[in-house]
Amino acid sequence: MALSQPRQAASLAADLVSDITRNERDLSGKAFRIALLAGIITAFVVLVVLIVDVINVGSPVLSERLGDLLSSTLGSKPETSGLSQALRGSFYIGVFVLLVAVPLGVSAAIFLEEYARQGRLTRFIDINIRNLAGVPSVVYGILGLTVFVQALRAFTGPDSNGRSVISAGLTLSILVLPIIIITSAEAIRAVPNGIREAGYGVGATRWEVVKSHVLPYAAPGILTGTVLALARALGEAAPLILVGATTGFLTSGSSYLPSSLQERFTALPIVISTWSGRPGEDWRASTAAAIVIMLAVVLVANAGAILLRNHYEKKR
Amino acid sequence: MTSDQLPELAKGSFRMHTSASPPEVSTVSNATDEVFKVADLKVFYGQFLAVRDVNLTVQAREITAFIGPSGCGKTTVLRCFNRMNDLIEIARVEGSLNYRGIDLYGPAVNATEVRRRIGMVFQKPNPFPKSIYENLAFGPRLNGVKKKNDLDDIVESSLKRAALWDEVKDRLKSSAMGLSGGQQQRLCIARCVAVKPDVILMDEPCSALDPIATARIEDLMQELKQDYAIVIVTHNMQQAARVSDRTAFFTTEVNPEGDRRTGVLVEYNPTEKVFSKPDDTRTEQYVTGRFG
Amino acid sequence: MFFAAAMTSVIISALIVWSLARETWTFVTQVEVAALWTDGWFPRRGMYDVKTIVVGSALITGIALAVAIPIGLAAAIFLAEYARPRVRRVLKPVLEILAGIPSVVLGFFALTFISPQIVQRFTDASQFNMLAAGMAVGVLTIPLIASVSEDAMRSVPDSLREASYGLGARKVQTTLRVVIPAAVSGLVAALIIAVSRAIGETMVVFVAAGATGGSLYSTNILGPGQTMTAAIASQAAGTDQVVGEGLTFQSLFFVAMLLFVITMFLNLVADRFVRRVRQSY
Repeated sequence: MALSQPRQAASLAADLVSDITRNERDLSGKAFRIALLAGIITAFVVLVVLIVDVINVGSPVLSERLGDLLSSTLGSKPETSGLSQALRGSFYIGVFVLLVAVPLGVSAAIFLEEYARQGRLTRFIDINIRNLAGVPSVVYGILGLTVFVQALRAFTGPDSNGRSVISAGLTLSILVLPIIIITSAEAIRAVPNGIREAGYGVGATRWEVVKSHVLPYAAPGILTGTVLALARALGEAAPLILVGATTGFLTSGSSYLPSSLQERFTALPIVISTWSGRPGEDWRASTAAAIVIMLAVVLVANAGAILLRNHYEKKR
Repeated sequence: MTSDQLPELAKGSFRMHTSASPPEVSTVSNATDEVFKVADLKVFYGQFLAVRDVNLTVQAREITAFIGPSGCGKTTVLRCFNRMNDLIEIARVEGSLNYRGIDLYGPAVNATEVRRRIGMVFQKPNPFPKSIYENLAFGPRLNGVKKKNDLDDIVESSLKRAALWDEVKDRLKSSAMGLSGGQQQRLCIARCVAVKPDVILMDEPCSALDPIATARIEDLMQELKQDYAIVIVTHNMQQAARVSDRTAFFTTEVNPEGDRRTGVLVEYNPTEKVFSKPDDTRTEQYVTGRFG
Repeated sequence: MFFAAAMTSVIISALIVWSLARETWTFVTQVEVAALWTDGWFPRRGMYDVKTIVVGSALITGIALAVAIPIGLAAAIFLAEYARPRVRRVLKPVLEILAGIPSVVLGFFALTFISPQIVQRFTDASQFNMLAAGMAVGVLTIPLIASVSEDAMRSVPDSLREASYGLGARKVQTTLRVVIPAAVSGLVAALIIAVSRAIGETMVVFVAAGATGGSLYSTNILGPGQTMTAAIASQAAGTDQVVGEGLTFQSLFFVAMLLFVITMFLNLVADRFVRRVRQSY
């Protein structure tokens, strides 16, 4: 190398200075960064525009007749229609998810992570669950229609042809089950092995270790998954169309108390979907108002879950 | 060093931040033989002082070894030499670090260009998950070499330089991930050589390798030092004794203000001296295996 | 007990196949082949032109990906490679919130905002049109593409980035020539999952693309259209019984089966790609 020749050293050193202090204007780097920023800002703008738009459109209804909207029943006129039955339906769907899907999903996760030996069967179950998580929701609607509405009609509601909140709740429980299993399994997997070994070290049985060491440690993660699943269930409309949610009129009263879980029902996203199709500014405003109410529930639940997760992630 | 001495040292260490561009070029003879001249170097991670009191010079056509117990800051100092520490957001450097007479942390210095002249080989072999050829061609392409013939030449000569050509010449298009650990590390050295650097920094290059692969890399280092200045961080004292011309011994000292330990350069001397009659008793204790 | 819980997932899969298979079989064995290749999808009139709804799904998916890939990928690269931890902590939840918006809301948004404010401003599209619906489906898939791609890029070990910087590469070169090629299986997985999601999306199309009574075969994205999912939903909506000529009810199961098979295939392929990323690092 030329470096070994002292005579050239001075010029070489000067070259070196100009070389490593060369102030390249990194234009492609700048352009790339700007393009990336544009992408993420677009996503952000869409979110803001969407939320501002529905609040804007819905604001007359929300400010003038919020109480009326929450307490009235479905109707044919926008100025008298309300969401009481829809809120009731959505509430019971949420209850079903909590009582059916959560225990089932968490148990499955415990089995897969703590009890099952790694083998063909668990691999199969694992792939199966991942696949179920990607099945379109409308297909779950078909499942609900065949199994709960038709096959189990005697149980889900003989008088309503099985088109009851039981069918809806069970269908959506099945829909969110994979979400709960996957998030719970991840939370359980994240429990350090030291915690389990500490439990076994003092002679605890497997169930005792799971109950008093693993589950408490994994609880925030499981709770996050539960809240996300709940939010998903409350926003789903497609499966409910198939299990026969009522879109027009519902004769049952406006009371929030259940007269019977076997009766015909409706739910918030179904009402939104139906009202979206109705013509005129008034319906549009009512729809937007209903959306604001649903988003308030769903987004607060989501945001809560995200904050909860971030909080515990940071602590560990 | 006591805590009230620290501010004194800090005062003198602002030079690099205030030096005007273009930096001064030091004398001719120094520019050829003295590759790095480090004075009162300190590295901080946030508020934490990771290493201090680093004073040493690195000569061309020599191997300089950094040894010392873990956490003593030897890798941290090495990563200053090609400004890899820039990638760690909270890292901050004080003191002066001259590369061939240029203040490496001077305001006009382009860290990317620095890294093209001062190459680095890492602890774990890290070939790109691409073909052997693409691994070698990556650096030259960054420098604007586009012609296939030129790239072919560089790939071949670099692989020969790293004593890998005979083993891989028939499978240049197959994935580099299929090579053995030792081959991967020699590939990384070849990849480094392919950008025609002036200095090669090696961060524990043999710690993930078996003894035979290690011996090959050590032989290779002796070959390479004909053309390059090499700085190597190693955990292995025997390795430092075997391969290096000069050795810097780092150790850790408890901070006056807290329980975290700060690295400090204890001694920098010709390797022979460090391992036979070191100036500092701490060095002696370390090289004779009494701590570390 | 826990084993039983785990097996429910298998039982669910079996139930899905069982519910779909019976009526699909009835449909396939009884339908006249000519009815499967007609001018449009009007199941109540015995016209089961499958290409109408398959092409409709393809168009919607194509539009959705044209929106979601650039935005989702840009967001993913920014979050994985460029954003400082603090910025990331703020931006990532924004995407997650976007992911949490129910699709029926995006249907409303497509119909009352995207269609009149964007699509109709630049074209002479009808109020119900596939372009607006497709764009809204795209919005739904942005978070999906972003999060799967980001995971893939973050699983690329830092040692590769260091190797690249050590050779004097700049950030953009490191990202484009090292990180993205190393994460390519994950990015392919993101793409496939997005396709699967877009094909399976129901409510946006149901609300915003019109043609709820059925649709003539059409490739005009400025007009109304029908997808496989919306075809299922619109037959079931608003009626106590699915009524119509002979096989109307069964046709719905046939379409659902088609949908199930397509999305399952895509999901399995995507899963394979995701696994490949995990294995290599």
